[in-house]
Formats: sequence, C-alpha cells, structure tokens
Amino acid sequence: MTNMTEQTVYNEKLNERLEKVLSGGHPKYHEKLKEQNKLFVRDRLKLLFDDGKYMEDGRFANCEADDLPADGVVTAMGQVNGQTVCVMANDSTVKAGSWGSRTVEKIIRIQEIAEKNRVPMLYLVDSAGARITDQLEMFPNRRGAGRIFHNQVRLSGFIPQICLLFGPSAAGGAYIPAFCDIVIMVEGNASMYLGSPRMAEKVIGEKVTLEEMGGARMHCSVSGCGDVLVESEEQAISEARRYLGFFPANFTEKPSVIDAVAAKTGRSLEEIIPENQNAPFDMYEAINALIDADSFFDIKKLFAPELITGLARIEGQPVGIVANQPKVKGGVLFVDSADKAAKFITLCDAFSIPLLFLADVPGFMIGTKVERDGIIRHGAKLIMAMSSATVPKISVVVRKAYGAGLYAMAGPAFEPDVCIALPTAQIAVMGPEAAVNAVYSNKIEAIEDPKEKIAFVQAKHKEYKEEIDIYKMASELIIDEIIAPSDLRSVLADRFRFYSTKELPLPPKKHPVYPV
Amino acid sequence: MTQVKAAMAGTVFTVNVAEGEEVQAGQVIIVLESMKMEIPVETEIGGKVTSVNVQVGDFVNEEDVLAVIGE
Repeated sequence: MTNMTEQTVYNEKLNERLEKVLSGGHPKYHEKLKEQNKLFVRDRLKLLFDDGKYMEDGRFANCEADDLPADGVVTAMGQVNGQTVCVMANDSTVKAGSWGSRTVEKIIRIQEIAEKNRVPMLYLVDSAGARITDQLEMFPNRRGAGRIFHNQVRLSGFIPQICLLFGPSAAGGAYIPAFCDIVIMVEGNASMYLGSPRMAEKVIGEKVTLEEMGGARMHCSVSGCGDVLVESEEQAISEARRYLGFFPANFTEKPSVIDAVAAKTGRSLEEIIPENQNAPFDMYEAINALIDADSFFDIKKLFAPELITGLARIEGQPVGIVANQPKVKGGVLFVDSADKAAKFITLCDAFSIPLLFLADVPGFMIGTKVERDGIIRHGAKLIMAMSSATVPKISVVVRKAYGAGLYAMAGPAFEPDVCIALPTAQIAVMGPEAAVNAVYSNKIEAIEDPKEKIAFVQAKHKEYKEEIDIYKMASELIIDEIIAPSDLRSVLADRFRFYSTKELPLPPKKHPVYPV
Repeated sequence: MTQVKAAMAGTVFTVNVAEGEEVQAGQVIIVLESMKMEIPVETEIGGKVTSVNVQVGDFVNEEDVLAVIGE
C-alpha cells in the first residue's frame, strides 16, 4: 500500500511538472499570440504532424527555473505525409522565444538526430534572438549558437531543411532561414533582420519601420531571402507539407512518383505562344498546359519574376521547372533572376529532382546598371549551377534562346539529356534585327534611298532567318528533336521516365571555386 | 499620386495615354522596347493621368518615372 501511495505522489509530481511545461509561458503572452493571429507552438506542431502526433526530447529543459518551460523551444520527431522529420520550434510565449544555453543545446541535438537518421529538418522560427543574460553559456563556445549554423551547413544538401518563419528571426538567428533550402514567411508577422529598427536608429541614424526593413513581403519580393509569402500560419504549415511531398528523406534516396493527373484544361500551347518573337505572353499558362493540374509549387514567385522557378509533376513525376517569363521584363535575365535560378537548380540537383528548362530568352540584360551590379558574376553563378547539375536535364526552346541565354537555359553545350525545340523556335547569338544591325550598320547608313535601305535590311533579315532556321539546326544535330507543341507534355513525361536511371559521375575534386 | 516607373532600361516604343485621360488599374499605358522585346508598362492603380514624362524614342533607365497617375 505504501508503495502505491509513493507511486501516486511521484506521478502527481510528474503530471504537475508536465502541465507546466506543456502550457508554455505566462497566460498574458498567450493573449498576445491571439492578438497577433499566431498559434501556440504546440498547436503549430499538431497541425504540422500527421494526426497531430509527435515525440519530444528535452521537455524538462530548464524546468528548475520557474518561467522557462522547455527553455523556449520544442524539439520534436514525427511524421509528415508519412515521412519522418525532425523539428525545432521556438515558443515565443517563453521570453519571446529567445535562446538560452539549453535552447541552443536542444536545437543542436535535434539537428544531430536528423543527421543520424537522415531525415528532413524543419525550423519553426519565432524568436527574439540570444538571451543576452546567458551569453557566455549560449553564444561563443563549441556548442554555442554558432554550432547551429555550422550544422545547417553540414546538413545542406544532405537532408532537406525547411524554415517556417512565424515571427522575428533576429540578428544571428536570421542565419537559420539563410541556410535553409526554403523559407516560408507569414505576411505581417514574419521578419528577418540583423539589426532591429531601434538599433538602426541608434547606430546609423536611420529611421525605418520593421516592415520596410525586414518584413515578409520585402524579403519575398526585394531581398530574395524569403521564398514563399503566405497569409496565415495554417497556410504556411500546409505549404510546408506540400513542399515536403516533392522531396526524398535525404540525398541518397529518390523523390517519390505519384499517380498521374491530367493537365488543367485551357488554351493549347499553339494558342498561348505568339508567333511574333517580340510579343509578350504568360509563361505560367504554358507551364499549366504541360504539368499535372494544380501541382505547381512556386518558389520565389514575387522575386525576380522575369524568371519562374517551381516544383511540379508531369504524369506524377517530380520536376523542377526553370522558365523565362516573357510577360515580365521581356523574360530577360537579370542579376536577381540568375541568383534565383542558381539556388533553385542547386536545390533540385541535391535531391535528385530532374530539371526542365523552358527557354524564351532574349539574353542577359546589358547596360551600365547591370554591369555595375556584376551581371557577369551572377550569370556565371547560374551557368555553374546548371552546368554542374547531374540530374536529368531537359532543355526546351519554346520560342527563342539568344546569346548567353541559350547557355543559361541548359543549351546543347551543357549536356542536357535532350534539347528539344518547338517548330517556332529560334536559336542564335542574337535576334535577326540586332544581328543585321551589328553586321551591316555602316552599309545600311550608307544607303541613301529609303526604299532601297528597307529592301536591303529585309533581304538581310531573310538571309539571317534562313541561317538560324530550326530545321537547319536539327540537320546539323545542334538540337536533338523538334516536337509539335501539342505533343510536348507526353514527350516530356516519356523522356523523364527514361532518364530516371541516369548516372553522371563528375571528375574527382573537392569542389569547384564558386563565382559568388 | 502614384509614379509609374520603368522596370528596366530601354527605349519608349509607344505611349498609349495622354495627360488628363482616365486609366484603369492594370492598364498598359506605355510600351518600352528593350533587348528587342516589347515591355508593357502597366499602372498599378486607376485614376487620372497627371503627367506623361516621356516621348516615343526616349531612352529611359531602370526606375525612371514614366508617368504619374492621380487618384
């Protein structure tokens, strides 16, 4: 009997302690969450994991302190879409989600668990940054906060790493999203910054709002530090679940192929793509004609929209799409679009997601502005990423690929598994107008009679077009295949199925010298 | 007052509106030509065109103000 009573006392103590841990910070901070349309960390996790179930380590971290349940971070393991994942999630009701020494140790340990078990790692960030009072214990040492970023770099390309940003990610903490494969940001609440607006005013004298300096919309459209802008936490979690569905658990595995879904009904490619090489059209409409309905996952939709990057499925097979968008800035490649494509290609290549390039590109932008911005360096970054990707690569010249644009979009020299052209496609160093001007400008100027001048230019255009005729390109084996637009979807599906066993070893070396 | 700016460097190809004209949000008010491509410039807001700052053939740089739309 005595034993039972002792047992009851122990259990009561455990339950009491657990209740304290599981309820998070002071009720006033829970009220604040509601005001900000935020969810409590444990409710976020219930939404994320299948059936709301997860295991947890270090629940009693810092439980001897009165007001630091779990030391402000939940580290959890469970299933998402049937796939095992590891998660760290800040609790902003506990000292604003700040990091103490146990917080940091817990994050490092869950990363180590993800590494050992080779499963994706998710970071649910809502944190004010370091707990200054604990700096000696949590900041500089071998297992201090720096180790979190060191581990992220180690894990990069080994397992998928995903960041869901629900609140601030301040100072050093802003590097958690920076080292993730993808950052999903909730508009109005998520922010990233090295120095807060208050600090900016004190240190450099700048007066600025948080939204302008480090808000979700700014990062998703201007800085490119954010990838997906969402309206609510629920949407952030459902997008993260959808994104994970495209990925294997780690780099040694292949992404899963699911049942095929028909493409969305709409206009055909023939109707979408204008004959006039210079007229804009919406590449999203063309993508929809090629992929399984509603399968597109847009990455960096608002950043450098002259280039589209996103994940999709073609007859159930996952593909990463890199497509020029002629509707925005003529589909010309800029510094930011090159940067955007380079990261996306690296992401797909790391996790065996085949790449589809849809080229309709007048080339890289020219002029003083972009040269000063280092367009050559950024373009090189894109070309290096594309060139070193060993996953199946299909290059489709939708309408035109001029100049280095052909190179950037996996042109023939970059070993695409196949380079396909639509019958309307043009491939050249430059378009006919520019080429004729470049070669014959002195001669054209010398012709005085306007009629004669026009006739001369038109004749040269005709000659040039014959020179770059797509059948001539195919005859010379420059391109591998010409396909009717209406057949393109099924051709791509067949080709990707065929290339799924591709292996391409690279020459042995440590790593390239990145042109970043 | 909202400024409609050039997204990239190029030459003014067509000017589709005149000062004083009413425009709708999303309407193409100017078309630039750059890199041999037509680059439509849309106004984000509807309203009256307060000023048109460019003519056909002008070179414009990225961020140059092409027109101003009043409420």
